[in-house]
Amino acid sequence: MILAGLAFYGFAFIAIASGVMVISARNPVHSVLFLILAFFNAAGLFVLMGAEFIAFILVIVYVGAVAVLFLFVVMMLDINFVEMRQGFLQYLPIGGLIGTVLLIELIFIVASWAVAPEAGSLLAAKAPALAEAHNTEALGRLLYTKYIYLFQGAGMILLLAMVGAIVLTLRARPGVKRQRIGAQVGLARDEVVEVKDVPTGTGI
Amino acid sequence: MTALFEITLAHYLTVATILFTLGVFGIFLNRKNVIIILMSIELMLLAVNINLVAFSAHLGDLAGQVFTMFVLTVAAAEAAIGLAILVVYFRNRGSIAVEDINRLKG
Repeated sequence: MILAGLAFYGFAFIAIASGVMVISARNPVHSVLFLILAFFNAAGLFVLMGAEFIAFILVIVYVGAVAVLFLFVVMMLDINFVEMRQGFLQYLPIGGLIGTVLLIELIFIVASWAVAPEAGSLLAAKAPALAEAHNTEALGRLLYTKYIYLFQGAGMILLLAMVGAIVLTLRARPGVKRQRIGAQVGLARDEVVEVKDVPTGTGI
Repeated sequence: MTALFEITLAHYLTVATILFTLGVFGIFLNRKNVIIILMSIELMLLAVNINLVAFSAHLGDLAGQVFTMFVLTVAAAEAAIGLAILVVYFRNRGSIAVEDINRLKG
């Protein structure tokens, strides 16, 4: 119990500290790296909660795809990040005000909420006992039966995002030599080969 | 002392609350840098995911974890599209400062 508590405090503290560093780091590359750290620690929290599959998905999708994408874009764009830091303090009061108000509101909610007594009977998908099916298996059973249409819809969203990102960033640059197989194959013999009748003893 | 190490739902909700507020705070703090704003949105989505999984684990209802996966899907799609737009914008304007994004004003 104490070990789980210590693990929770460790993960939670590092996640929050790296969250602070994400929004306050001077170098965006450091921001991305702290975002990765935050994701890893959130995955640790998920494991503590007994949601292993979500934890793995978080590491694979967020750290493996999204954060690397961020890193790639940050490094690819040639931006003067020092200049971007101008006005950092200018927005501090209004941002601090809104953040504090939001935090206080959320703390009120966290402090005062209660589970409805009938909540136990209103479960949409009751988790099976651990001996019956572990987390991944239970999720898979649920995802491929009850939520199959939503699952397919999520796939369509990803396909749409992929196509959209490619269409947005693909550009035809002029002056690039490319192999055009259609033009290559479509050539007639006469356009390419010329037979010359060369008299003996003279050049062409 | 042992009560301190008794991790309840409220602990997870508190962590999620703080992370969400950090995300909102980051959007206001880094008004010029779209990349950091996108990262702040990711932080907020992470906080939402922690909330969903915490309630899912507390109530013994797997629907929360299924929903977390859909949130993850949408977050990944949003990041990809957002960064693609950012790259195209940078090619056209040579800047990603939010203040410069005002062409649609006419």
